[in-house]
Amino acid sequence: MRDFEYEAPSTLDAAVALLAEHNGSARPLAGGTDLIDHIRTDRLAPNLVVDIKKIPELNILEHSADGLRLGAAVCCSRIYGDETIRQQYSALADSASIIGGIQIQNRASVGGNLCNAGPAADSTPSLIALGATCVIAGPNGRREVPVESFCVTKGKTVLEPGEILVELKFPSRPSGSGSHYRRFIPRNEMDIAVVGVGASVTLDGDTISDARVSLGAVAIVPLLAKEVNDALIGKPATDETYKAAGEVARSIIDPITDMRGTREFRIHVTGVLVERVLREAVARANS
Amino acid sequence: MSSKRIVTCTVNGREESFLCKPQQTLLEVLRDVLDLTGTKEGCSNGNCGACSVLMDGKVVDSCLVLAVECEGVELETIEGVADHGHLAPVQNAFLENAALQCGICTPGFIMATKALLKQNPNPSEQEIRFSLAGNLCRCTGYDKIIRAVQDAADHKIA
Repeated sequence: MRDFEYEAPSTLDAAVALLAEHNGSARPLAGGTDLIDHIRTDRLAPNLVVDIKKIPELNILEHSADGLRLGAAVCCSRIYGDETIRQQYSALADSASIIGGIQIQNRASVGGNLCNAGPAADSTPSLIALGATCVIAGPNGRREVPVESFCVTKGKTVLEPGEILVELKFPSRPSGSGSHYRRFIPRNEMDIAVVGVGASVTLDGDTISDARVSLGAVAIVPLLAKEVNDALIGKPATDETYKAAGEVARSIIDPITDMRGTREFRIHVTGVLVERVLREAVARANS
Repeated sequence: MSSKRIVTCTVNGREESFLCKPQQTLLEVLRDVLDLTGTKEGCSNGNCGACSVLMDGKVVDSCLVLAVECEGVELETIEGVADHGHLAPVQNAFLENAALQCGICTPGFIMATKALLKQNPNPSEQEIRFSLAGNLCRCTGYDKIIRAVQDAADHKIA
């Protein structure tokens, strides 16, 4: 592997200073499951690797009346190991438990999955469906960005040189809400999504009073499917509604053909997954 | 050129200090510096699990850990599994069930199995398959490995 320096600061300010000083040639290291592989294969060539796991704010996992605060370096197994996340933010637990195998889940963070900005990232549709906000720190202070605006294109985010994703903030979950994430892969585990769908719904009796659906691997970045949300809100929670939502999802995407699936297949699977994910999210809302 | 760092950690119950460069993975240090060659290199990108070790009790791919990250941690490798020359129940279960052919994947499977059984002493077949999805075996077809893990679980309970 190429030569680089390594620092493990214990404060966020020190990490931001190191990243800013190196003006883009430094990379933060959380779980390393993408970073170390990318350095080894020369896809990334940092001069400095900044290990952010010793910074308390990046390891936070805290529930309060305001919702959930999730540090950007918290690994997947800690996320799905949290009972409240499993109950309240089920889509996030779904994603965290299907990223890689156990070895990867013990290291990889959802923050890193997001910052990697892969079109097929398994956690991003769940973050979008659950309405997460990215808290970013940089040399010019802090700013917040809705998660659906965080990825700009494949492999690129809104982060400027010197900036770092600190945490994801999730609003508290209204009563009668449920969420789910599911992907299509040809293997049982350890694969990259051909299509991934995340959804969060809130029910008022049998009526869907709020919905956020996100589609992964069907565009250059994971999408918040506003048209699908509009097709759900105010409708009864029935199979007909889910089917219609699936049709809307099919009509708004423009996926590519690659080794994982053709454009036609992705469009078809998107509709099927939207139906199934909504059905499960509603079942969870009712339980 | 980055300079070498001294890292001190516990390896199989013994405190070890080693010198390493920031770009050296834990896998490289285990094999090339500490001479613990039981941990195998397979894909070196986190797909195959041959390099699985326990880091603070959690199973990780040592090819995706920088050795400099290991300051102060507790590591357990395949060399630490047997007890004073006596095979551990999980190792016996792999032998008795012929859960290996070429053997390259076996140390990784044993470490992943140890982590699984510690967390879930009586896993279902589905839980075993899910938990071992990060370990690839191209010889056995997995069924014998699953049986070995079930056997190891039964012996631990007995």
